[in-house]
Amino acid sequence: MPANRFNGFTDYGIGIGLRSPHYNHILTRKPVVDWFEIISENFMIDGGRPLSVLDQILEQYRVVQHGVSMYFGSADRIDREHLRRLKELVKRTKTPWLSDHLCWGSVDGRYTHDLLPMPYTFEAAKKTAQKIRDVRDFLEVPIAVENVSSYAEFHVSEMTEWEFLNEVVERADCGILLDVNNIYVSSQNHSFDPFEYVNSVPAERVAQVHIAGHSKYEKYILDTHDHPVIDPVWKLYDRAIQRAGHTATLLEWDDSIPTFREVHNEALKANRFLAKSVLARAV
Amino acid sequence: MNLLSLQRTMAKAVMQPLTPSEHMSKRAPNGEPMSKHAARFIKPNDRLTSFERLEIYNRQYWWRLMSSLAEDFPGLQAILGNRRFESLCKAYLTDRPSRSFTLRNLGRDLEPWLKKNPHWAGSKQAIALDMVHLEWADIEAFDGAAEEPLRPADVAKSAGGDLRLKLQPYVSLLKFHYPVDELVLEIKRFNDDTEFLSNAFRERRKRKRVTAVARLKPKTIFLAVHRNDDSVYFRRLQAAEYGLLLAIQKGKTLGQAVSEVFGKGSKNSGADPAQVTDWFRIWSNLGWFCAPPQKQNSSQNSKKR
Repeated sequence: MPANRFNGFTDYGIGIGLRSPHYNHILTRKPVVDWFEIISENFMIDGGRPLSVLDQILEQYRVVQHGVSMYFGSADRIDREHLRRLKELVKRTKTPWLSDHLCWGSVDGRYTHDLLPMPYTFEAAKKTAQKIRDVRDFLEVPIAVENVSSYAEFHVSEMTEWEFLNEVVERADCGILLDVNNIYVSSQNHSFDPFEYVNSVPAERVAQVHIAGHSKYEKYILDTHDHPVIDPVWKLYDRAIQRAGHTATLLEWDDSIPTFREVHNEALKANRFLAKSVLARAV
Repeated sequence: MNLLSLQRTMAKAVMQPLTPSEHMSKRAPNGEPMSKHAARFIKPNDRLTSFERLEIYNRQYWWRLMSSLAEDFPGLQAILGNRRFESLCKAYLTDRPSRSFTLRNLGRDLEPWLKKNPHWAGSKQAIALDMVHLEWADIEAFDGAAEEPLRPADVAKSAGGDLRLKLQPYVSLLKFHYPVDELVLEIKRFNDDTEFLSNAFRERRKRKRVTAVARLKPKTIFLAVHRNDDSVYFRRLQAAEYGLLLAIQKGKTLGQAVSEVFGKGSKNSGADPAQVTDWFRIWSNLGWFCAPPQKQNSSQNSKKR
């Protein structure tokens, strides 16, 4: 959504992920980019080059934090050291909102470093929502949760993935980082209609959208973030923007990373859909 | 199955080592056939069985963690060879699963673990331990904390026998039995030189170049791993230089450090004042010194008064 309480009442446009192969280009050429998304964990450190690059970026660009290991859905308690470091970074970046995934990844203090799928149960929704509330209260910044790609479903699930997402965000009263590529990947892996998912999401809670590429295998699709965005994903994006309006959009490209210009040009393709949504709302 | 028990069941399966052909084990951690075990909690679909769906996560887990260790410990990999390195990493990760939210800390326990489990490095245990120590120091120097450095003029002005200094937290002082820094530098040089070559070609050339350096002969070296302008450097030290810095790092006064290194009974012959002064000039120019904790400062100040 344009400027809402889940994205700190900002109206960001198209951003790209800040990745180390592009540091030099960004710092020397200073390209015009609306905003950068950083992986929080890469900067939750004590010093050195990553933080000094980040400080230089912060002098010139708007930065939003995106995490990969908060594991809102883990039954484990929140790691206090993680939260402490995250809060330090939030103070440094002044991120208007902060996102992480609706998934789990650790149990009994042991980390898989993966975004594992949730069982879609009321018990899980309740516990996950409480954790999101606790994190938001500690960090004092709006939280948006991202739907993940998945390759497995559980017998214990009591609802669809989008029903689970809605249950969690309503209980937590938080925002959504809607990843349309992840919806597409999961729809192919679990044989559901991705438009039903997009149409079911509470549009007023969408704080940000992710787009990305993926890899297709014989029997499933893997979310690899190493290709351009494919047409069916752009169509989902189009639908998401029709519903949510002009929303902060970010292209993820994390492997086999091409030049800065290629990544940025791919991201800017989202402009045609964003412009269309602005026109549609104007008439 | 509640949330906690489902997550425990799945995590155990996901973290179970792959077979030598990199597939999921046919036996579950609880001993039952994995196909039966997976079917208890994971739904099959029209293309994949429960086993195959779980296997995707099992393989991703191992590939992600193994490549993270390979990225952090290329020197150890060069010394042991790919196959032995992989076996060692699998054993390490099985024994010490990650307990940190960040992959940056994955190799934190590798050195103490290898000390307790020497058979994984076999006859190369001594050089392997040196290398793991160096590569972990490299990581710590890259993103470790830095405090406000004391200016060289401040160090020179206040230098006296009872002065205490503190070394920057990112500086590691290391004593090795092998010149392992040469191998790490060779690997770094190689990676810079061949950034644009194809993966297969790079691997072949790397194996050839690195294998030659990996056959290092024993030689005691002293090293400081540090950071300057956001880049990590290895600085070879003389034995006395290392001794002085180590004593300072342990909180000794300059006077105590000098007498410990050059005093009676030490291996080093008497101190060469010009040499020691020069060392201090270099160390402070590199920004290695910072102010010691406040408490020590005040007692030192009161003594001066």
